Amino acid sequence: MGLLDFLTNYFNALFRKKKNIKLGLYGPPNAGKSTLANKICKDWIGEEMSTVSNIAHETREIIIKEQISIKSKDGKKELMFNLVDTPGIATKIDYEDFIKAGLKSAQAKKRAKEATKGVVDAIKWLDEMDAVVVVLDSTQDPLTQVNITILGNLQARNIPVLVVGNKTDLKKADIKKIESAFPQYDIVGISAKYGGNIEHFYDALFKVVA
Amino acid sequence: MPLTLQFVPFSDIEPLGSARRVKKLIDIVKENKIVLLEGRLKKEEEADLIQIAMEEINNKFKGIELAVIEGKHKQESFVSNIRSGVLNMLLGDRQGFTIIGPASVIKEIKKDPNKIELFTKETRKSK
Repeated sequence: MGLLDFLTNYFNALFRKKKNIKLGLYGPPNAGKSTLANKICKDWIGEEMSTVSNIAHETREIIIKEQISIKSKDGKKELMFNLVDTPGIATKIDYEDFIKAGLKSAQAKKRAKEATKGVVDAIKWLDEMDAVVVVLDSTQDPLTQVNITILGNLQARNIPVLVVGNKTDLKKADIKKIESAFPQYDIVGISAKYGGNIEHFYDALFKVVA
Repeated sequence: MPLTLQFVPFSDIEPLGSARRVKKLIDIVKENKIVLLEGRLKKEEEADLIQIAMEEINNKFKGIELAVIEGKHKQESFVSNIRSGVLNMLLGDRQGFTIIGPASVIKEIKKDPNKIELFTKETRKSK
């Protein structure tokens, strides 16, 4: 074994031994972070962790599922982490948008208030993360300032990142658009809802976190 | 009511710490003005700007629309990248522009390398 291999193994082992690795799911609202969180949890511990909805800002507080253990395809590698599902990051929240989505005024105002606090918490939690999966909606324009700011902040904090283009089951999905917007990242196209390409996602996760 | 575009030279925010930079910009946006900032904030300050905007949301203030227009072209030479990196370290990131507008006025900011489009919310016609 060469010195480089020894050092690589040593530091890998050191990182793996770190307890409570936090893997964050970040992204704009309604990109499918909670759907992906549920898919991961169902695949590996047999239960869901978050509620999902078509109305934006369904997740309004940090939700953590501890001690999730996933195995590589050949069963030789194991990855253990605490999964942190975060509220979608937005620059604006208007309760009237929730009324348009079908909520009553009081419910809409409450949701807006909780959603603003959720965004603040999600940003504060950035410093706590050991690795992050940025979940983007592959049917939407990826070059939004929110996406650029999230990725820029993760880069500034030297946090390993995996970018996921979700909703590939939809006709409008365009993974190439995400690839050309963020060429410096590995992009994995998935359908968290139906499990499309999820094996590829787990492989990529091992490369980023392990 | 006419839209007000307030130009903020980088020298105005340069001596300020991160928290005061962000507060200065948010205060202008809360007056229903669109900020045209010379250069850009640090990445962490962009996140702080979003965080503070969220904390300030109330019945009148709905948050912000934000766009950063990069001042440099992607295919610059290695030497000019080093030069601009050193200048940025010494002087702050003066390249490009940052546009910050109140979400109650600006619906969306679209940008491509050659143009910036600000879509405003439709103003109600008075009878």
